[in-house]
Amino acid sequence: MAISTVSNLSSKDFSSDQDVRWCPGCGDYTILKQVQNAMPELGIPKENIVFVAGIGCSSRFPYYMNTYGMHTIHGRAPAFASGLKLSRPDLSVWIITGDGDSLSIGGNHLIHMLRRNIDVNILLFNNEIYGLTKGQYSPTSKVGSVTKSTPLGSLDTPFNPLSLALGANAGFIARAMDRDPKHLKDIILRSEQHKGTSLLEIYQNCIVFNDGAFDLYTDKVSRPETALYLEHGKPLIFGKDNTHGIRLDGMRPEVVELGNGVSADDLWIHDENDHFKAYLLTRFFAVGNEDGFPRPFGVLFEQERPAYEQEVARQMAYAKKRNGDADLEKLLSGDETWVVV
Amino acid sequence: MSIKEVIRETATIRFAGDSGDGMQLTGSQFTNTTALAGNDLSTLPDFPAEIRAPAGTVAGVSGFQIHFGSRAIHSPGDMCDVLIVMNAAALKANIKYLKPGGVIIANIDGFGKKDLNLAKYGPEADPLGEVGTQGYTVIPVDVTKLTRESLKDSGLTVKDIDRSKNMFVLGIVYWLYNRDLEPTRNFLRTKFAKKPEVAEANITALEDGLKFAMATEVFTERYALAPAKIEPGKYRNITGNEATVIGITAAASKSGLPVFLGSYPITPASDILHGLSRMKHFNVMTYQAEDEIAAIGSAIGAAFGGSLGITSSSGPGIALKTEAIALATIYELPLVIINVQRAGPSTGMPTKTEQSDLLQAVYGRAGECPVVVVAPQSPADCFASIYEACKIATQFMIPVMFLSDGYIANGAEPWRYPSAADLDDIPVQFARSRETDDEAFKPYTRNENLARPWAIPGTKGLEHRIGGIEKQHETGNISYDPDNHHFMTHMRENKRNKVADILPLIQMEEGEATGDLLVVGWGGTFGSIKQAVYECRQEGLNVSQIHLRHLAPFPRNLGEILGNFKKVLVPEINNGQLIRLLRDQYFVDAQGYNRVRGVPFSVDELKAAFREALESL
Ligand code: SF4
Repeated sequence: MAISTVSNLSSKDFSSDQDVRWCPGCGDYTILKQVQNAMPELGIPKENIVFVAGIGCSSRFPYYMNTYGMHTIHGRAPAFASGLKLSRPDLSVWIITGDGDSLSIGGNHLIHMLRRNIDVNILLFNNEIYGLTKGQYSPTSKVGSVTKSTPLGSLDTPFNPLSLALGANAGFIARAMDRDPKHLKDIILRSEQHKGTSLLEIYQNCIVFNDGAFDLYTDKVSRPETALYLEHGKPLIFGKDNTHGIRLDGMRPEVVELGNGVSADDLWIHDENDHFKAYLLTRFFAVGNEDGFPRPFGVLFEQERPAYEQEVARQMAYAKKRNGDADLEKLLSGDETWVVV
Repeated sequence: MSIKEVIRETATIRFAGDSGDGMQLTGSQFTNTTALAGNDLSTLPDFPAEIRAPAGTVAGVSGFQIHFGSRAIHSPGDMCDVLIVMNAAALKANIKYLKPGGVIIANIDGFGKKDLNLAKYGPEADPLGEVGTQGYTVIPVDVTKLTRESLKDSGLTVKDIDRSKNMFVLGIVYWLYNRDLEPTRNFLRTKFAKKPEVAEANITALEDGLKFAMATEVFTERYALAPAKIEPGKYRNITGNEATVIGITAAASKSGLPVFLGSYPITPASDILHGLSRMKHFNVMTYQAEDEIAAIGSAIGAAFGGSLGITSSSGPGIALKTEAIALATIYELPLVIINVQRAGPSTGMPTKTEQSDLLQAVYGRAGECPVVVVAPQSPADCFASIYEACKIATQFMIPVMFLSDGYIANGAEPWRYPSAADLDDIPVQFARSRETDDEAFKPYTRNENLARPWAIPGTKGLEHRIGGIEKQHETGNISYDPDNHHFMTHMRENKRNKVADILPLIQMEEGEATGDLLVVGWGGTFGSIKQAVYECRQEGLNVSQIHLRHLAPFPRNLGEILGNFKKVLVPEINNGQLIRLLRDQYFVDAQGYNRVRGVPFSVDELKAAFREALESL
């Protein structure tokens, strides 16, 4: 994918003068680094970039970016970002959020943002725990999670964030992880290029309260067997030495071993624009991959449809054309007046 | 029999019928025509509490009262002279508003067995006959039959013909009060421009109603009201919500700022969202958000981007917005929060009025969180008040709460509208861009208003982060320093209080600046209090009135005026909220007069309260 590189900006130009205050070893550091690395490649002057965050560990992010930024209210970043982007479509608007922020207290705003398709980029740092409040389970924690607030294990079924997003008619969904920085940066750039709301879920390790939650996927040894890297137009292949693939048997996906009469041609070819297949991919979600399917990373789905702010701008322009020049005198007087002398 | 022409100084009439009978439209037509005739007026729409109450029941009755006259009118009138009822339920629900000896015009087709039953009169009841024996004059009219007769050649279906019944009735009332039909003809032709046959049918019904009244001699007298002697100027008729919409749009126009309204539907504020959604050509953007929090959040986001951010709601919705109001306060961004108050707590009585959100507005947030509070005093005053709110918000970089209420929001009165050139300027200056070798931008430095610069994204060299975490003075960086927090807490408070420097001093509304009794009101009770004080003074009582449009901060001379009277009486449609603020800030031994019934004060009850207060001196 062609990416225009700009100017003389470097990743350092995007780093603010504030001390970064995450725990040493927190996955947030890598993500911050990759976002700062990606920024110069966007071709956007930094005064036109705004980072908007809710509340939580990840939501401190805007303070560390040398751009405009808003640290808002728990769960409500999409609300602030919506008003900003609608009124200022010229800006590049980014939402930084966590699993508690966007899926618990802010769940309502997230789904409405996705269905409206306002052109902002959501980076959802999923660490399956509440970090800032020091270790309670979150809406993405696995059933049975023993945490400060669930000493006997959590009982409620977690969200499948990307299935949820598709259900909300998201136009772009993707997944990446903190421990694969190069891939992460690529997907950040892809997210930005999508016109409309993009949701990028990033598996992020909370070293203090939920260390190793994603080791299955991030560990360099197990990763080839457990993670499925998606590429548009390419067959779904995984496994050390690319030994396995996913084949579709009608509606049902199945894991097959390559060889013995099964070739890459028989496999499911990834089509980012296929809504039905995207849904199947989001369902590769079993805890510990117990159903045998690897966890997909990359862009699961992308659909071009008009961004909401463009439609709003179109209506504004139409109204201006239809009503002619705004006439304040006429507005003040209305249609029926009388004179008292 | 000849018909007497009687000159009246004022009159009050009330239209009442089923929700489907078009009484609001009938009332507003009478209002416009009356305004055009040069009378002063005040109206009170009385909406049914339930939208889909079964037809014909008391719960489904919709009413509209108008008080008009040849002298200044400040309230919609306590009781009416003429009551128009379209069915039995309307009579049952409204007879209590009719003056002794008043006239009832009744659609007798709405008094059949079924109607009596729905209105919960007994099957053998004869409510019209009964009220006839209580000294009221009952004028029975078979509106349904007459309208069908009138429109039999219109080519419309019976169902459509029956929709014109309200115009037939309006024709009768127009005759009774000598009104001109032309404004309503024009209105109907515009409203039904796409269905001229419907427009013409309604006009025929209107004219035939008038002819019927003229020909049948059921009335022994009709009334004439001279135009009111009101301040010369150009007038139009306006409701509070309409005036709010126009005020915001005018502020956008004069400041050059685009408006962004984030809102979520709620009674009785939704008409502001509806109205502003039709102002796109004035650079007004409206956004119907997914909830109240998203509504205000989007407005704050837009304010950060350089728009005039506005959110509109009613008490319960404001409760949901409180955390975001606090955020806007610490961000120090301009924001206007509209609360069209209604009867609470909780859902309360959404279609009924109340003034019980004043303490919520002044204090109802976590932390020390000072905002500016302004309250319009009448439907037309919503224009000037919201315009001022927009100006204060942008000049002081502060949230301003605008406390309207259900009564003035839906009530109407004549408005001596300004011309665009007469409106105050709202100068706005965004912070200017900087080059790399300029001194670093400090987003929390302050000007003479203690306002910080409005630095919007897209401006080179001003990249900065704002947040809900306490800020360091000047740099705006995160700070947990104890002394800094103390300093910033006071800074925000001082800035809010500094708004008083630009507020006009309070003028006496009625009476002298010293005396026995001072009546202090705020917001939508203005008209009833003014009328009551005026009448008491006519009777020789020593009563004066001031009315507060600025509740936080108060005008600078308030304390002085309060000290000039032996007694201070504070009427409010709540359990005593302004009175607490006055006692707290001025240590004044004020007395309250509080009724929380969901309706405006009646002039009579206020007069009684003033007399009592004077007697106890
Ligand atoms: S608590 Fe967890 S998520 Fe938060 S900063 Fe520390 S390691 Fe990172």
